[in-house]
Amino acid sequence: MGADFVMLGLVPLVVGVLTSVACALLGNFLVLRRQALIGDAVSHVVLPGIVLAYLATGTVAAGAMLLGAGAAAIAALVLIEIVRRAGRIEPGAAMGVVFTALFAAGVLLLEQTDTGKVHLDVEHALYGNLESIVWFAADGWGSLLDPAALAELPPPVPRLALALAAVIAFIALFWKELFIGTFDPGFAESVGARPGLTGFALVVMVAVVAVMAFDAVGAIIVVAMFICPAGAARLMTDRLLPQLAWSVAFATAAAVAGYMLAAYGPLWLGFASSVSAAGMIATVSGGILALACLVGPRRHRRGMQAADGGA
Amino acid sequence: MLDAFVAALFLQAGYNTALVTAGAAVLGASAGAIGAFMLLRKRSLVSDAISHATLPGLALAFIVMALATGDGRFMPGLLAGAALSAGLGLVAVEWITRRTRLTEDVAIGAVLSVFFGLGIVLLTVIQAMDTGRQAGISGFLLGSTAGMLRSEAEVIAVAATLTGLAIFVLRRPLTLVCFDQEYAATQGVNVRATDLATMALVLAVTVIGLKVAGLVLIVALTILPPVAARFWTNRVERMVLIAAAIGAVAAYLGAVVSSLGPGLPTGALIVLVSFAIFLFSLVFSPLRGLLAGQMTTLALRKRVHERQGLLALARDEPIYDPLTLKVLRRAGYIRADGAATLEGRSAALAATREEALWGLYRKLFPDQALNADYHGLTPINEALPPDVVRDLEQRCNLRAA
Repeated sequence: MGADFVMLGLVPLVVGVLTSVACALLGNFLVLRRQALIGDAVSHVVLPGIVLAYLATGTVAAGAMLLGAGAAAIAALVLIEIVRRAGRIEPGAAMGVVFTALFAAGVLLLEQTDTGKVHLDVEHALYGNLESIVWFAADGWGSLLDPAALAELPPPVPRLALALAAVIAFIALFWKELFIGTFDPGFAESVGARPGLTGFALVVMVAVVAVMAFDAVGAIIVVAMFICPAGAARLMTDRLLPQLAWSVAFATAAAVAGYMLAAYGPLWLGFASSVSAAGMIATVSGGILALACLVGPRRHRRGMQAADGGA
Repeated sequence: MLDAFVAALFLQAGYNTALVTAGAAVLGASAGAIGAFMLLRKRSLVSDAISHATLPGLALAFIVMALATGDGRFMPGLLAGAALSAGLGLVAVEWITRRTRLTEDVAIGAVLSVFFGLGIVLLTVIQAMDTGRQAGISGFLLGSTAGMLRSEAEVIAVAATLTGLAIFVLRRPLTLVCFDQEYAATQGVNVRATDLATMALVLAVTVIGLKVAGLVLIVALTILPPVAARFWTNRVERMVLIAAAIGAVAAYLGAVVSSLGPGLPTGALIVLVSFAIFLFSLVFSPLRGLLAGQMTTLALRKRVHERQGLLALARDEPIYDPLTLKVLRRAGYIRADGAATLEGRSAALAATREEALWGLYRKLFPDQALNADYHGLTPINEALPPDVVRDLEQRCNLRAA
């Protein structure tokens, strides 16, 4: 764990943790509102967004990609709502209709465009490339205190730190609205807390985080982190604030353990190369959720425990 | 280009292409049919979990076969692996939903992302294995019918046909369980077994379709055609048939266009054709379409304005609303200067009588009036039996006298 680690391993690890925690915090509300699959839908439509942005600007600069992906995500959310209302279709199917169609359009556009010269492909959007974020300016732990080296930090680090800060600020500012809007939308409406508006703001935040994260870590880790840590935390406690704390702990654990396993696990087993860190982080988060499902103190639905005992 | 398209459209572009297109069409039909039942049970997105959960099985099967025989691309082996891990994913979704307090959407999302993540890990293992033949796997991500082996196309066509037959045989219990599980149980249908059969059929369609549509997009084959079909009918049997037809057409066209050249991925094309059919249904369906809905609203508005205008005429009140004036003028009830014509007078009398009778009916039988989907614009002679109307008229006359 020396200079090599600071240069090659530390930044991906930090990016993984930042992304995971930001996703997990928002995920708590998605899980409680039965909107867990919004993250899945949003992360699929990122692809047409970045392809369109590339076609419009001709570059793969991060700013254009983020704008394109963000616009596509918001457009998809609006489309889902339109399809759901206009066609009177149940939300799950409406989501399926919109995100598969947009993803298909993205794939076709991508295949039709000559993107051979630039690094832009479906696999990259799906599982990112955490390992390639290297902090070239670092030459040891001392670099963490060296302003010159810190200025050279790879752009995903400040970007995701910003995303996490935005998520925390959003939850802190709208805590009351989110809380009552999640548990009792009718009551929230009656006291003027605008549950519809908070709900939309939440979904937009989800889109923003998913878009900021996909470039560094890919869509798959984003979907896993929106759902698994929050789902596991839901099985640990009945109170919202402790649930958020549990989800942060689970997300951090999954990111650290997943990254370490991916980067160093194969080496310990005697293989020459590492495996996908994003995939491994998702896998570890699934392991945590499975454990919580088996032994989490609040895993049972109310009344189910008694029924199980009787049977 | 056009010649090639026409040739492919009529299965004249060689045995392989014809087999692949026909196989895709049968697959699309099976997927649409079973998807219709999933949509009615509001479980459309379960197939998303199933399709993503195939990836680790595919990769593991590839690794095992590559280690054993040196070549991991044997398709039946890959599909068996895919089916196995998709089955595991399905069991996980069911288990999480039944055994914990997490809801089904959480279970679906968790299974699809975690299984997919594990699959990605295994894919990087395959890359590291240096067999140099991972092309066999990456075709499953987005689907590719180009360069598909004849044996592979045959497997797909036969398996898709068998799945379609199974759906046909099971159509009665599937329908019953969709709408009324308790009634189905009293009719001797094993609800749990039927549920399992539904899931097994979705799984079969997903696994068979992996190579055609790719595992990210195969879910669209079970969602888009049924959603589009739902616009055209309110009857299950017809909806299933229409969904199957839409699925078949979309898959057929998608496969045909895809065979024309590189850069035309089959899965994406099938999905886009289905989506076009969905959009058409959304706008033009006479039953639930946007256009039909707009027409109904406009017609109702016209009738409300006509009725209110006639009532105002009967009471000799002045009318100011421009739309009311326009409607009355169009119908010939008033002249351009706003004075009532002869027809207007008699129509106004009739409207007053209708209004009085309906008012009385509502007062006497509030419950029935509520259940009759009453908005007071249906002519009372058509809505109620003659004896009830006669009775109402007598009461009205008595009251007037």
